Amino acid sequence: MRLALKIAWRFLKESRGQSLLIISAITIGVSVQIFIGLLIQGLQLNLVDQTIGNASQITVRSTRDDDVIVSPQTMIEKIKETEYANEITSIFPVSETPGIVRLEKRDFSSFIRGFDFDEANKVYEFAQNIVEGEMPKETNEVIIGTDMAKELSLKVGDEISVVIPPVVIFPKTVKISGIFKLGLGTANRSWIISDIKTVQNLTNKPNTSSSIEMQIQEPFEADVIASGIQNALKGEEIKILNWKIENEDLLSALDGQSISSIMIQIFVIISVSLAIASVLAISVVQKSKQLGILKAMGIKNSMAGQIFIYEGLILGVFGAILGTILGVGLIWMFTTFAVNPDGTPVVPVYVNYGFILLSMGIAVASAVISATIPGRRSAKLSPIEVIRNG
Amino acid sequence: MDNTVLQLEKVNKIYGTVVKTQALFDLDLEFERGSFNAIIGQSGSGKSTLLNIIGALDNPTSGKVVIDGIDITKKNQKELSTIRNKTIGFIFQFHYLLPEFTAYENVLMPYWMNNMNPPNEIIDKANYLMEKMGLKDVKDKPSTNISGGQQQRTAIARSLINNPPIVLADEPTGNLDSENTQTVYYLLREINKEFKTTFILVTHDQRVAQMADRIIELKDGKIKMDVNNFIEV
Ligand SMILES: Nc1ncnc2c1ncn2[C@@H]1O[C@H](COP(=O)(O)OP(=O)(O)O)[C@@H](O)[C@H]1O
Ligand SMILES: [Mg+2]
Repeated sequence: MRLALKIAWRFLKESRGQSLLIISAITIGVSVQIFIGLLIQGLQLNLVDQTIGNASQITVRSTRDDDVIVSPQTMIEKIKETEYANEITSIFPVSETPGIVRLEKRDFSSFIRGFDFDEANKVYEFAQNIVEGEMPKETNEVIIGTDMAKELSLKVGDEISVVIPPVVIFPKTVKISGIFKLGLGTANRSWIISDIKTVQNLTNKPNTSSSIEMQIQEPFEADVIASGIQNALKGEEIKILNWKIENEDLLSALDGQSISSIMIQIFVIISVSLAIASVLAISVVQKSKQLGILKAMGIKNSMAGQIFIYEGLILGVFGAILGTILGVGLIWMFTTFAVNPDGTPVVPVYVNYGFILLSMGIAVASAVISATIPGRRSAKLSPIEVIRNG
Repeated sequence: MDNTVLQLEKVNKIYGTVVKTQALFDLDLEFERGSFNAIIGQSGSGKSTLLNIIGALDNPTSGKVVIDGIDITKKNQKELSTIRNKTIGFIFQFHYLLPEFTAYENVLMPYWMNNMNPPNEIIDKANYLMEKMGLKDVKDKPSTNISGGQQQRTAIARSLINNPPIVLADEPTGNLDSENTQTVYYLLREINKEFKTTFILVTHDQRVAQMADRIIELKDGKIKMDVNNFIEV
């Protein structure tokens, strides 16, 4: 062990009360930083997840007059050949059309959406959210939302007539195989969901789709990836939309949160640094006799300065570790005790190890940096003052 | 080998910038290698000032301090640290041990400044010195938990660990009773004979001064008397 480190350790041990005081200051600072940081990140992720977790993040639409993508599978293959293929977690064609549910006494507007369920289930989670009956198995089977079922008094097994514009005179019949309840209000009320073939038949547009939907690894990269794909597929009759364009308000709210989170962390760092610098400055005065003795015995000024840098390092490391334990403990308590009636946490928090390590690193670094001020004073201290004054 | 270990040439010391106090006036002194010197004089005569300048703890206002042919007044901070560590052993009136360390660790401290892993030779030396100083039983006690006499003897062992050619002692027994004073001087004399270390010690104790090879008396920053003493006690 280096001598400066050994002396630093002994100094801290000797003034135990003071050392514990600084460590508690750093501990509280780091725990607040981690708690608030993780909480805000959790809130943001939760918000983003609610907005786009079960929705298309990038949508390919046609620019043709008839509004269809003629051969969606070929288009998907082309997209998968671009450099962005690895970013895509699911991709599937969607055929959709407005439809009027024709009942004896009234007409009800709906939106009929046909999916390739294998892929689309990963995004929309229809299968997990069936509350009655089952997923459509055959062409012409559909599922409807709970709100629509209630409004129109429909149940599993019922057949309904739908009119597809612009051909309003010949209604077609579909059979309800199940009832779903999604997180999305409009879906529960007005979506009629089926296999893509069913919609292609209803609209008489076989082998086409209205759009291609995608989810990606990093939702916040949606704009970059969308324009990247657009460039790669230049010449195709398509336009590519992404969720960020349609959710600008949400994004600026998130930015505001991030900025306030950074502000809180900066203030925590400043107050912790000031605490360390001031207590160590007092410590230099308290230990000036020892420093004078060490200098009279020939310790180099640089080593005398290092003693306090090491003190900062030791205090910082202990404070960072304890602060992390406390901060993560607080988060754990928060997610365990602040729960919804169904037992899920009010804010589901995701433990971001990178962020925790960063907070620890910042705490240790600011402890060391603030220790350089007393360190410099210690280096400058002249032995003769101490020896002369006893 | 040159027999002069330390030489002062026209050393002046003036304290203060506004109110000036001259503590030393044009001092010329030479010390012989391996000699045992006592500096006496009334309080305020400049004894501590002289010792601090020799010990590279303070700078003279003018003049030269030459140790083993090297003028230490021309050295920078870093070189002075090395001189304080290797060339000079200092024993203070207030023993000045580090309370955070044991007696043994205090003894090793000057060596640790160069090397944290002392070879067996140094460990043996530390043990030998402590045994000689009668500190065997308190070796591993915190330095604050031993008696004043033991603390002073620890400080003596510490001043010797790096084998410096010169040991300076400023009223090293000022705080001790007469029995302990006798013991300490007896030990210093023995070390002086055994290691051929040059001792310069400030004292106001007549009996102690009598034990030295040479007695220098200061008065108002000047040499009043400088005699060789042939009476061995
Ligand atoms: N730091 C200082 N500032 C001003 N005057 C000092 C200082 N140290 C010592 N003196 C003065 O220098 C003279 C010599 O002091 P000192 O060397 O301590 O004497 P001694 O050790 O013989 O008692 C005294 O007059 C003392 O007041
Ligand atoms: Mg004095």
